[in-house]
Amino acid sequence: MNSSTLLGITTFTYLFSALLYVAVVVFKAPKIGKIATIFTAFAWIIQTAGLLLRWSESYQMGIGHAPLTNMYESVVFFSWTLILLYLIIEVKFKTKVIGAFAVPFAVLAMAYASFSTDISKTINPLVPALQSNWLISHVVTCFVGYASFAVAAALGIMYLLKSGSKPDNNTTSDATTRLPSLIILDSIIHSTMVFGFIWLTAGIITGAVWANSAWGTYWSWDPKETWSLITWFFYAVTLHARYTRGWSGKPIALLAIFGFVSVLFTYYGVNFLLSGLHSYGSG
Amino acid sequence: MTNLKHIWNFFTSVKLAIFTLCSLAITSIIGTIIPQGESAGFYAKQYGIKAAHFMQILDIPDMYYSWWFLLLLFILSINLLVCSIERFPRVWAIIHTDNLKVTTERIAKMANSREWQVSVADMEAFNPVAFFKTAGMTSSSKAIDNGTLYFGQKGKYSRTGVYLVHLSILVIFAGATIGSQLGLKGSVMIPEMQGTSKFFSSSQPETIDLGFEVRCDKFIIEFYDNGMPKEYQSTLTIIDNGIEVLTEDIQVNSPLTYKGFTFYQSSYQGYKDFIVSITNQDTKQTKQTILPFQKQQNWEENDVRFGIVNAEALGQRFTRTKFWLKNGDTPAVLTWLDDNESRIVTTANNSYNVHVKQMYATGLQIAKDPGVWIVYIGCGLMLLGLYMAFFLSHRRIWLCQDTSAAGPRLILGGSTNKNQLAFKQLFTKLENVIDKLN
Ligand code: HEM
Repeated sequence: MNSSTLLGITTFTYLFSALLYVAVVVFKAPKIGKIATIFTAFAWIIQTAGLLLRWSESYQMGIGHAPLTNMYESVVFFSWTLILLYLIIEVKFKTKVIGAFAVPFAVLAMAYASFSTDISKTINPLVPALQSNWLISHVVTCFVGYASFAVAAALGIMYLLKSGSKPDNNTTSDATTRLPSLIILDSIIHSTMVFGFIWLTAGIITGAVWANSAWGTYWSWDPKETWSLITWFFYAVTLHARYTRGWSGKPIALLAIFGFVSVLFTYYGVNFLLSGLHSYGSG
Repeated sequence: MTNLKHIWNFFTSVKLAIFTLCSLAITSIIGTIIPQGESAGFYAKQYGIKAAHFMQILDIPDMYYSWWFLLLLFILSINLLVCSIERFPRVWAIIHTDNLKVTTERIAKMANSREWQVSVADMEAFNPVAFFKTAGMTSSSKAIDNGTLYFGQKGKYSRTGVYLVHLSILVIFAGATIGSQLGLKGSVMIPEMQGTSKFFSSSQPETIDLGFEVRCDKFIIEFYDNGMPKEYQSTLTIIDNGIEVLTEDIQVNSPLTYKGFTFYQSSYQGYKDFIVSITNQDTKQTKQTILPFQKQQNWEENDVRFGIVNAEALGQRFTRTKFWLKNGDTPAVLTWLDDNESRIVTTANNSYNVHVKQMYATGLQIAKDPGVWIVYIGCGLMLLGLYMAFFLSHRRIWLCQDTSAAGPRLILGGSTNKNQLAFKQLFTKLENVIDKLN
């Protein structure tokens, strides 16, 4: 058993949990809900084992480093954080429906990591610039932020679906009636965005400290840095629009979705469409 | 006067903040698409002469330092400053307000409130100190007309979190401004065993004086088995006023700072010369020298001649050298030596410890940035402020103990500025305490 096998299995187990959560929404079966949660937690444990195994494999190869250093590893870590965050939200807010929207993000990430030909899955040694504890704090903080923005976007989609369905056609089979109420959705969207904002801030700061320890410049306006700042401005504007101008509901749900598009571009688009210091991430 | 008031009001508005932040976000995109800091020729070739000219007018090739981008940052700063000056006094007043100046009617009308009729015996058993302790608060109290008013609160300073965040942005800008005005940046290549007291500025076509000398004693690269570089390391010695003050190894990610200048390992260059050290095993006499490829050198005290006659290379890097040594009239010795490794070479009448290493120049990035600590302090304040603004809340609990003969009662009221849900749980817990009295 090696880490690739375990992480490969995770792709399919997450897919299966996503289907279970969709079944919860469609069939309104609380029993399936329990199974979905247990299964997802189990899949997450498999993934954790996969990540730990990959870590130890890198030590066996004599190039030991945390599995957080290239595109493949970061995508895997993204889905790991996303599922953990989702499970916490599920426990805290006692609703399973969000899983049908959030877990697919993790499935997409894992599928992309496993099957895309753009990204290499090998464990590579680290070039000198990447051998830094700041690298770990930088990647962890950024990806916790990205994962919570992903959850916020999933909730944004739920909000739009729910608010778009007419309440007057009183068919109980309508799956959207099983979504949490708009007020609850709105409040979780806000919480996840706020949570993501703190971690993104920490991610930008740890990145700056790292750059300063490696090159003597904490900010050099390279495209990836700049895009992370653009994303940060975007969420800062969203928070102000809500806090001081009283925005809520639909506009905020839309902003949560657009914000995640900006996150995706920062994380993924920049590596492939623009060039800069972070181009190692495309390997 | 009214004009000034107008300008002031303009800068207090959050609309302006949203506008500025949006403008910054949108214009920042330009610089991620159009490469920054290239030569004029590059833009002409890439985008055509007309477009390139237009870009030069708008400072697009250096847009993050252009007047209009800096102006946006300046507007943001003034906006933050004015907005905070306008609002902060009110927040400070709330923090320091006398919360015991509240009427019983107000408490009963709070979003969280409840009233109990209590028997005289229960009222006597009731312990307000323990009650507030369940909420993690210490209370103050005041005698009122027909009883006592208690008040407890938690997290009042969390209200300053938002202002800490806003202040931190100004602190970071201040640090960045100091860095750009008083900071220096540049680079230098120092061959091993040589020193320099100057380096090349990265922004101006001139050299900058360090005021002391930095010498590269040694540079080594380590490689992984697959040939990727694993670590670059230079041993640097600082010589100030002719005195060697310190010697330290630097690596990528672990620089050396002396008198405000920080030296970062950034690159290297390999030479076709070698640094050879020979030690006579008997007398322990040592000679260290720079030896060019296929040149002979003499070590007269020992009657020794030596040279490197052949070498194996991997790209720029020599992995093995064929070392030649002749001692007096005895036959010459030829041996392969691995790079950067010691070996005993024995001739007919003596033996020598030989160490051969390819010669490198270390590439150093040099920076002096007196603003960086201010920027870091700003970053710390920002995280602290965000934590306070988002995770802490100002919770207030009032309790009125009405002991009037008409019927003793307890009136409980509470409010929070954030996170109503969690506060509700706390309030329920307090209600339960009173419920249990009966
Ligand atoms: C990048 C810049 C900025 C950041 C990161 C930032 C951050 C924040 C944060 C985190 C909050 C708290 C929001 C909440 O609790 O949900 C906040 C509130 C606020 N911000 Fe900003 N802000 C920025 C710029 C500005 C500017 C330029 C203004 C100028 C008017 C401004 C005015 C306000 C106001 C009035 C509040 C509400 C404060 C209150 O509770 O009284 N912000 N800001």
